[in-house]
Amino acid sequence: MSKKMNTQLFRIMISFLLVVISFLLKLDNELYNNILLVIAYMIVGYDIVLKAIRNIFKGKIFDENFLMSIATIGAFFIGEFPEAVAVMLFYQVGELFQDYAVDKSRKSVSELMDIRPDYANVYRNSEIEKVDPDEVNIGEVILVKPGEKIPLDGIVIEGESMLSTQALTGETVPRKVSVNDEVLSGCVNNNGILKIQVNKEFGESTVSKILDLVENASSRKSKSENFISKFAKYYTPIVVIIAVLLAFIPPLVIKNAIVSDWLYRALSFLVVSCPCALVISIPLSFFGGIGAASKMGILIKGSNYLEALASSEIVVCDKTGTLTEGVFKAQKVDAIGYSDADLLRYACYAESFSNHPISISLKQAYDKEINDRLVTKTEEVSGKGVIATVDGKTVLVGNEKLMSEYGIPFQKNDEVGTIVYVAINNEFAGTIVIADKIKEDSNKAIPLLKKNGVKKIIMLTGDSESVSAYVSNTLGLDEYHAELLPQDKVSWVEKLMNQKSSSGKLVFVGDGINDAPVLALSDIGVAMGGLGSDAAIEAADVVIMTDEPSKISNSIQISRKTMRIVKENIIFAIFIKIAVLVFSALGIATMWLAVFADVGVSVLAVLNALRILKIRV
Amino acid sequence: MKKYKFKIQNLDCANCANELEHALQKIELLENVSISFMMQRLTLECYEENYEEALERIKKVIKKEEPDVKIEEV
Repeated sequence: MSKKMNTQLFRIMISFLLVVISFLLKLDNELYNNILLVIAYMIVGYDIVLKAIRNIFKGKIFDENFLMSIATIGAFFIGEFPEAVAVMLFYQVGELFQDYAVDKSRKSVSELMDIRPDYANVYRNSEIEKVDPDEVNIGEVILVKPGEKIPLDGIVIEGESMLSTQALTGETVPRKVSVNDEVLSGCVNNNGILKIQVNKEFGESTVSKILDLVENASSRKSKSENFISKFAKYYTPIVVIIAVLLAFIPPLVIKNAIVSDWLYRALSFLVVSCPCALVISIPLSFFGGIGAASKMGILIKGSNYLEALASSEIVVCDKTGTLTEGVFKAQKVDAIGYSDADLLRYACYAESFSNHPISISLKQAYDKEINDRLVTKTEEVSGKGVIATVDGKTVLVGNEKLMSEYGIPFQKNDEVGTIVYVAINNEFAGTIVIADKIKEDSNKAIPLLKKNGVKKIIMLTGDSESVSAYVSNTLGLDEYHAELLPQDKVSWVEKLMNQKSSSGKLVFVGDGINDAPVLALSDIGVAMGGLGSDAAIEAADVVIMTDEPSKISNSIQISRKTMRIVKENIIFAIFIKIAVLVFSALGIATMWLAVFADVGVSVLAVLNALRILKIRV
Repeated sequence: MKKYKFKIQNLDCANCANELEHALQKIELLENVSISFMMQRLTLECYEENYEEALERIKKVIKKEEPDVKIEEV
């Protein structure tokens, strides 16, 4: 609790004590009793009354300070001393509670985002200086010890370590880095000592970008928030006007009406006229939802996007890098007459002088030192493959056409991907399948999306028909469109935007590279694997820090839960307020009930909103 | 248009934040004015050449609406 809250609590307790004393003394002396209550009132409510007086001069008569002052002073005026004190007392309890809750959720969200480094150890004049990360220039070398946060983005020039990226991605498995690896600010160095050459200023580094994004997320307001602020704008004046009418009209119209009775009802109205509980609980909920998402490595750029995610209807995915790993790997080796390892070795040696993507995939799969001297002759056959002499043997590596050209009988391989045919000494020796692998997480992600109410999942890709059909069938997608140029993707998204229902939303998920037009066009643009990619963080509405597509469902789940709590709060608060208004007007509700309803609703709505911070998906 | 951000202090209630936001939106030099009560932050856009004048007017509005509130550019 802050100092301000402590003083507030102290005032409330003293005032409460005085009220209790006055109740105990009640039988003795009416006058002393009332003096005690007035003192209790002044202790707990003097600041409200002062603010009210200040506001009158500004013409702000619908200000809550003014309304509370009128309600309570009015109660004194008609002789309801205990009610007057109680209203002010409970009002202050409610305010204190709200402050406490807001403070707490601010703290817990900033704890989640506790990635801001406090200092950097920089080498200057062959000594280590501890400086603010802001003061480090590009090109300088910093030292990061075990347990410290990496303060700026850069490249490791010395050392080896395991980095925890949990604060950035929600990922618990540490990542290994060594010399020449790129490291991002915000990660925590677990064990080794690292020397890092800085390649971005602090303001441009990952940690600053993420913090900036999260800190500004609550500035983009949701429809629910706008609805509530509109509601508040009309609610208070209307209630106040009805209160005034209630105080003056019935006593004039109804015979034998008791003026103080109607005044009492009108004052009860003023007690419930304050919309603050409602107004605070909504942004509090969104704030919590955005915080809970960040904890899982999902950065949502605004409350409006968090709200929209709940009505996700169509999810459009890019293929490469989103559903698949985007890395071409030798998936399968089928050797005939040789061992698989030997086949891979011959193919790899034959391709060793090529920079073709296929050759790179082969080298990765082989993963051993290549002895150049064994390769004596290589010749590229354009569009078909390579012929080389390896270890004295003639090796042909290429596609079907190469085999046909050299009249080598081969077995056709129908698997999906790029098929590399290998012949050794003019005899067919087998095939190697090179393909992009479907992410393991994609298998989990698609059913999860369906479970979360997404009606259609569509893949748009520039890749070939056969590969796309395979990915789509394996994952159980609803539709796919292959061999698309970037502008075709735009027109497909436009078409799909027209297909969805009026309240449904279209989510586009891509890796953030070359996706900018589609990200902008869709209702919610999600960029995946955003860690370290500035373009993605810039262009998307939601950034998923890891490369797991299942996080899309997680974001939808968080959004749904947030919206549920938001709706509960709106309905609950409005319902109770209106009920109390009706009962007060009829004279059934006392001012006690009114104040309990008002403060009670605040407390419950805020507690309900705080639940979001505990969301687990 | 340039984006400006301010830290906003002594803003006690969410509804006051909404009202202040509404009042600031009326300044025609500014666009996309938003106050986040949760982050205690005011963000707005304005042309650089108008910034001095806009800042004066923002302060004036704040003084009228919420005299206790202080803003500080970040």
